[in-house]
Amino acid sequence: MIVDIISTALFMIGCLLGLTGAWGLLSFPDFYTRVHAASITDTLCAACFVSGLMLQTGWSLVTVKLLMVLLLLWLTSPASSHALVRAAHHAGLRAMTWSFLGDRS
Amino acid sequence: MLCMTALVVVYVRHLFSVVMLFGIYSLLSALIFVVLDAADVAFTEAAVGAGVSTVFMLATLVSTGRQEKAPAHSPLLPLAVVTVTGAALIWGTLDMPHFGDPGNPVHVHVADRYIQESPDEIGIPNMVTSVLASYRGYDTMGEVIVIFTALVGVLSLLGVRERRENPVHRTGERHSRPYPVLQVMALLLIPFILVFALYVQFHGDFGPGGGFQAGVIFAAAIILYTLTFGLDDATALLPVKLICMLAAAGVLLYGGTGVVSMLLGGNYLDYDVLAHDPVHGQHYGILVIELGVGITVSTVMIAIFLALVSRAERPR
Repeated sequence: MIVDIISTALFMIGCLLGLTGAWGLLSFPDFYTRVHAASITDTLCAACFVSGLMLQTGWSLVTVKLLMVLLLLWLTSPASSHALVRAAHHAGLRAMTWSFLGDRS
Repeated sequence: MLCMTALVVVYVRHLFSVVMLFGIYSLLSALIFVVLDAADVAFTEAAVGAGVSTVFMLATLVSTGRQEKAPAHSPLLPLAVVTVTGAALIWGTLDMPHFGDPGNPVHVHVADRYIQESPDEIGIPNMVTSVLASYRGYDTMGEVIVIFTALVGVLSLLGVRERRENPVHRTGERHSRPYPVLQVMALLLIPFILVFALYVQFHGDFGPGGGFQAGVIFAAAIILYTLTFGLDDATALLPVKLICMLAAAGVLLYGGTGVVSMLLGGNYLDYDVLAHDPVHGQHYGILVIELGVGITVSTVMIAIFLALVSRAERPR
């Protein structure tokens, strides 16, 4: 029962993080801030969901597999965000500056 | 979802997005295969369709360009041809038996025999592997030869461009690390990818997997290494000559198994004679030809990738 409550709470937090990530991805002003929003969601949202699922499965082989999935996601998704941002920087995309913000407002 | 993705692919002119959409399309069809309980096919679709072929298309885009040219002629005639062909195909499917009908020719002809006899004749739990490698051994050999032919075609059309500068200059740049984060990540991940490839390779008898999937995963590890460490280090690790020889050796291993079974008095690719016990013979035969498939697939994928990348990286 307590386990159910905790895992449901984790799912809810995961959903909330996913929604904020999508919202940030759509509404942030430039490329780098958008990647920032998306990558934060990648790691923490996935962590919430997978650990919620781990609580649901109980202690079995599936739990270990889910842990592996979590580790893989934690390793790969920051690396891919890093690669994306680095490629953009290499291609000459300038980051947003304060003056740019000032022009907008 | 599949139809929507396909329509967007037709309408979008930016080829980079088209490649990404093709990847999404492959993942969606892999999901459909999972729903249909065809784990082996889904595995292959995810690894080949979404993984390696996307990488190949991106590597091609580097050489060609990212924007599709506007069509020079009117689209009416091709549209008419496509419509007529599609209508004819749909009309043809009306004669086919219903999906899932137990009276289908597929279900009454050989499938029953495979399902009932294969645990006794082949004795491995994954029926897909026993059908693929033993009952349908000729077809699979044809597939391996098709892949090998693709390698021959790519190498004779493009070729892997060798490095032309003096190799003495390399000692200095070897220590420079242009992508430190990615290189550390790749070094962390590659051993696990390789182990997973070997697991898929040798676990194909018991669960979803086999030579094709394992070969692609193995190739993915090497492609990751090439992407993060550069072409020179990759060709130092795996010389192109060695890759080509291994690709041929895989096909030879497959065909040679058939010849050995012929020499031992059986038919071509009849594994019963490979050991004293027919079931053990089937085990050995399937293991060996899956190894041949795995070697050929992985080396062909690596070689095609190296050919595409070397063309982009070392322009003449």
